[in-house]
Amino acid sequence: MNAPDDGLDEYDRRLVLATQGGLPLVERPYELLAEQCGMAAEEVKRRLQAMLARGVIRRMGAVPNHYALGYTANGMSVWDVDDAHLAELGERIGRLPGVTHCYERPRHLPLWPYNLFAMLHGHDRAAVLAQAEEIRGLLGSACRAHNVLFSTRILKKSGLRLAT
Amino acid sequence: MPERHAVADLDELDRAIINRLQGDFPLCDEPYAEAARELGVDAGTLIERLRKMLAEGVLTRFGPMFQVERMGGRYLLAAMAVPEAHYDAVAQQVNALDEVAHNYRREHELNMWFVLAVETPAAIADCIARIEVATGLKVYAFPKQREFFVEMKLTV
Repeated sequence: MNAPDDGLDEYDRRLVLATQGGLPLVERPYELLAEQCGMAAEEVKRRLQAMLARGVIRRMGAVPNHYALGYTANGMSVWDVDDAHLAELGERIGRLPGVTHCYERPRHLPLWPYNLFAMLHGHDRAAVLAQAEEIRGLLGSACRAHNVLFSTRILKKSGLRLAT
Repeated sequence: MPERHAVADLDELDRAIINRLQGDFPLCDEPYAEAARELGVDAGTLIERLRKMLAEGVLTRFGPMFQVERMGGRYLLAAMAVPEAHYDAVAQQVNALDEVAHNYRREHELNMWFVLAVETPAAIADCIARIEVATGLKVYAFPKQREFFVEMKLTV
């Protein structure tokens, strides 16, 4: 696997720009991309495969809108977990249903004692809080404190766009 | 059963597409035809359904999901404790930066949580400094120190 800081070469970058809005909805999308990017269709497929393999592309397919699917409650659950057990427990929490992101992040004491962040999505707050209870049970005595921060307003949501 | 709100009207095929096509879209000459075969329909039907779900906002996109860190860029989660009296003004100052990709109000003393998306690691410090100067408030940075594996499991 390549180093995480690998940049993109010119042709990868063309492919990213051509597909960041989505894959063409035509029967032979890689041929259309090939025309748009000035390379052969085989090269398009090879480069997409390579970007998948090195993690530049996480996955390829449908990206559902949580809200439209009824997952309208999102809670950022945060946990103060014993550092000695964080690696093992983080892996287990990532596998629970409803957890869409799970990261270790720094504490900012005394304001912020939490070092594990698990984003929870549910159909309502009660469902999110039930998931948080499940996590608390799993963490057991390794967890010293926790909190669930619900979002009460989306102030901005524009996503990432590479500059052209 | 949890209560549901404003859920899109989806039939069996829509649900099957969402549940089975969140990844592993084929890299062959006619990928829609291949994916459609597994769903028991033809390529035209699949494409039409994808178009419909995109138009209705059920899907935010269809295609590759990029991981910006692997392109040399960075995401950073950051938060601020914003006094209520100035909350909207500060939100405007923060949102004015193109690098701010999302911004959410949350219930905590740290009540504004935003994500910076930048093309180079060096841009992060510059962005934080600009926000601190503009708002006069401290920015708490929460860089990702470790990412735990998360399965794809959003089902309908």
